[in-house]
Amino acid sequence: MNILELNNVVKRYQQKIAVDHVSFDVPESKIFGLLGPNGAGKTSIIRIITAITKADEGSVFFSGVPLMAAHREQIGYMPEERGLYKKMKVGEQLLYLARLKGLSKKDAKSRIDLWFEKFQIGDWTNKKVEELSKGMQQKIQFIATVIHHPKLLILDEPFSGLDPVNANLIRDEILLMKQEGISIIFSTHRMEQVEQICEEIVLINNGKNVLNGTVSDIKQQHKEHLFEVEYLGDTLLDFDNLAELQSNENGKLIVKLKEGIESNKLLRHLLDNNLQIIGFREILPSLNEIFIKTVQ
Amino acid sequence: MKLNKLGLIIESEYLSRVRKKTFILTTILTPIGFLVFTIVIMFLMTAGTDQKKVAIIDDSGLLGLDTSALASNNQVVFDYNRTYKLEELKSKLEEKGYDGVLYIPKTEEQNPEKLESLKSLKVEFFAYNQLGVNAQTYIQSTLAQRIETAKLHKMGIESAMLEKAAIKSKDIQFDPKNLGKSDTKAQEVSSSRVYVATFLGGVMMFLIYFVIVIYGNMVMRSVMEEKTSRIVEIIISSVKPFELMLGKFIGVGAVGLTQFGIWAITIPLLNFLVSLFFIGRLQNVQSNMPQQQMSSTDMEGMMEVMNELWAFNYFQIIFFFLIFFLAGYILYASLFAAIGAAMGDDWGEGQSMTMIVVIPVIMAFYIGIAVIEDPNSSLGVFASIFPLFSPVVMPARIVFEPPIWQIMLSLALLIANCWLFVWISGRIYRAGILMYGKKTTLRELVKWMFIKE
Repeated sequence: MNILELNNVVKRYQQKIAVDHVSFDVPESKIFGLLGPNGAGKTSIIRIITAITKADEGSVFFSGVPLMAAHREQIGYMPEERGLYKKMKVGEQLLYLARLKGLSKKDAKSRIDLWFEKFQIGDWTNKKVEELSKGMQQKIQFIATVIHHPKLLILDEPFSGLDPVNANLIRDEILLMKQEGISIIFSTHRMEQVEQICEEIVLINNGKNVLNGTVSDIKQQHKEHLFEVEYLGDTLLDFDNLAELQSNENGKLIVKLKEGIESNKLLRHLLDNNLQIIGFREILPSLNEIFIKTVQ
Repeated sequence: MKLNKLGLIIESEYLSRVRKKTFILTTILTPIGFLVFTIVIMFLMTAGTDQKKVAIIDDSGLLGLDTSALASNNQVVFDYNRTYKLEELKSKLEEKGYDGVLYIPKTEEQNPEKLESLKSLKVEFFAYNQLGVNAQTYIQSTLAQRIETAKLHKMGIESAMLEKAAIKSKDIQFDPKNLGKSDTKAQEVSSSRVYVATFLGGVMMFLIYFVIVIYGNMVMRSVMEEKTSRIVEIIISSVKPFELMLGKFIGVGAVGLTQFGIWAITIPLLNFLVSLFFIGRLQNVQSNMPQQQMSSTDMEGMMEVMNELWAFNYFQIIFFFLIFFLAGYILYASLFAAIGAAMGDDWGEGQSMTMIVVIPVIMAFYIGIAVIEDPNSSLGVFASIFPLFSPVVMPARIVFEPPIWQIMLSLALLIANCWLFVWISGRIYRAGILMYGKKTTLRELVKWMFIKE
C-alpha cells in the first residue's frame, strides 16, 4: 500500500515549468528520499503534497483517495527554511500549531508535556523562541511537526544546522516513528544521510523524475562491476580476459569484470593461480556518485 | 473553510497582541496622558500665576496722569511711577520690588501735541528676567487701548458712544432653513448645530483615519514577519492562506476595537472625575475675576450646544459609523496585507510600496477636512461615495444628514469593493507569501492575481 501516489504531476510558474510530468509512489511505513540539486523542483513537489498548492495537471492520491485539504491534518511538514513566531512563548506556540492541526486543547497540552519530558526541556515553556539557540529552536520545530501524529511526515533537510548530538537525537526519533508505521519523506541533497536511513528514493532534476526505486536496486542498476580483491604475498596480474585491472595498491586490487562474466569465475581463476586472498567484495557506487553522474 | 480554525487564528492574533507590553502600555498611558493634560490645564486655570510688577515711567506724557485705567491682570500689575527717574529706578529695581521698568520716552512724534497723528509707540522695557509672551501681549494691548481712547477723546468721541454703536458678528443671528427636507423638524437647523456636527464629524473621521493607518500597518507588519520568519509555510500547511489572512484582519481589528473600547470608557470617566475634583477651585477663580464671568448670552450658547448635542440621532450615527469603520478597515487592511505579502526580506524596499496604500488614506483625510467645512459640496458628495475615500469622508458628512440615497450608494459601493479587494488581496497574498528573493513589481502583483492555486 502506498501512502502517496503522484501521477504525471505538472506545475508551472508563469513561463517556467517547475514540475514536469513527475510520477512516483511513496510506500507506507518507509523512509523515502526526495532528492535533487537546489532548484530542481523539490520544494514545488512538497508544496503540492502538503496541499499548499495544487498541481496544474496530473493527480495525487493520499492513502488511495485524491489528496484534498482535509488531509493536511494527517501530514506533518518541516520546511527547509525553519520558521517559528520569534516573539511567542514556546509552550503557547506549540499549542497553537498543534490546535491548527486539529488537536483539542487538552490533547495538545498532554502531548506537549510528553515531548518536553522526552527532550527534557520542560523549563523552556515560557521562554520566547528568540531566546533559544538555533539547535533548541530546531527541536521545537521538530515537535511542532510531529505533535499531531501525522500519517505522513515530510522533512526538508531535517539535520541542517544541528550539532551531532542533536542530529542523532532527531534521527533516532525519525527511525522510531518509522517503526510506529509513519511514512516519512526525507528531502535532502546530503547523500550520506540518504544511504543511512532511506529505503527508497526519487531523484528530481530540472523538474523531472530521473531516478526512482529502492536504494539497493538503484545501486545494482548503476554498478560498474568493480571488485576489490585483498591479498597477501605476490600479485597476480593475469586475469585471463575475465577482468581489467584498475589499480593495485597496498595489497588491494581493483578490477573491473568484463561483460557477461560472473564474479565467481574470476574468484576461481584467482584461487587456481594460488593468489592468497583475504578479501573479495563488489564495489557498489555510492548514491553520491550516482547522483552526480545522473544530474550531469 | 473551517470555522474553528479561523477562530483559532483570530484568538492567537488577538491574544498575542493584547498581551504585548506595548499594547498594554499605550492602552493605559493614553488615558493617563489625557488625564495629565487635563490636570495641567486645570492647574493653569486655577493656580494663581506669577504676577509681574511693572513700573511705568512715562516721559512722553501720553498716558496722562491717570493710571487707574491701566488695568492689571493675573500676569501684570502696573505701578505708575512719579518719584524716580529711569536711571535711578533701573539700579534700584529689586530694592523697590519691581520686576521691570516700562519706559515711554518723549520724542518728536511721541508727545501729547501730536497725539492725533501718532501711528506707533516705541517703549522700552528694562528687566533682569524678560517677560513671557502673554505678559508682553497684555502690556501691548493695554497701551494700545489707552492710546486709542485718548486719540478718540481728542477727536471728540467718547468710549461710551462707541460701545453703544458696536455690533459684532455673533450678534448677527444666522438662521439656516433647509429646503430639501420635507419634515418640519429637519428644517430647523440652528447655527450651533452646525458647530456640534462639525466637531462630531471631525472626531469620527479622525478615529477611522487613525484606525486605518495604525491597524492597517499592524496587519502589514504581521504579514511581513510571518513571511520573513518563514512560519507562514508551516501555518498554511494547516490552513488555507485566505483563512490566515481573514483571521489576521479580524484579530487585529478586534485589538483596535478593544483599545478604543477601553479608551471610550476610561478617558471620559477619568476626565469627569478630575473635573469634579477641580470644580470647587474653578468656581473660586471665576468669582475672583468678575470681568471674565460668562455673560448671559454665552450661557445661552452653551445651553444650545448642549441641547444640540443631545438632539442628534445617535443610533443612526453610531450604526453608520461602525459600518464605515469596519468596512474601511477591512478594505485598507486587505491592501496592506497584499503589500506585506509582496515585500521581500528588505524592509526598506517596502516603504515605497506602502505609499501606494497610504496616499489615498491621507488624501481622504484632507478631503474630509475640506468636506466638514462644506458638507454638501460636489467634492464632498463624490468623495463620500468613492470607495477609497468614503470610509473616512462619509462619517464626517453623516452628522449633516446627507440624502439617504447617497449613504446607501456609498455603502453599497464600499461593501462591494471590500469583497473585491479582499478577493484580490487573497490572491496576491497566497502567491506572495511563498515568493522569496525577487524584487516585486506592480506588474508581477497583477500576474499573481491570476496564478492558479
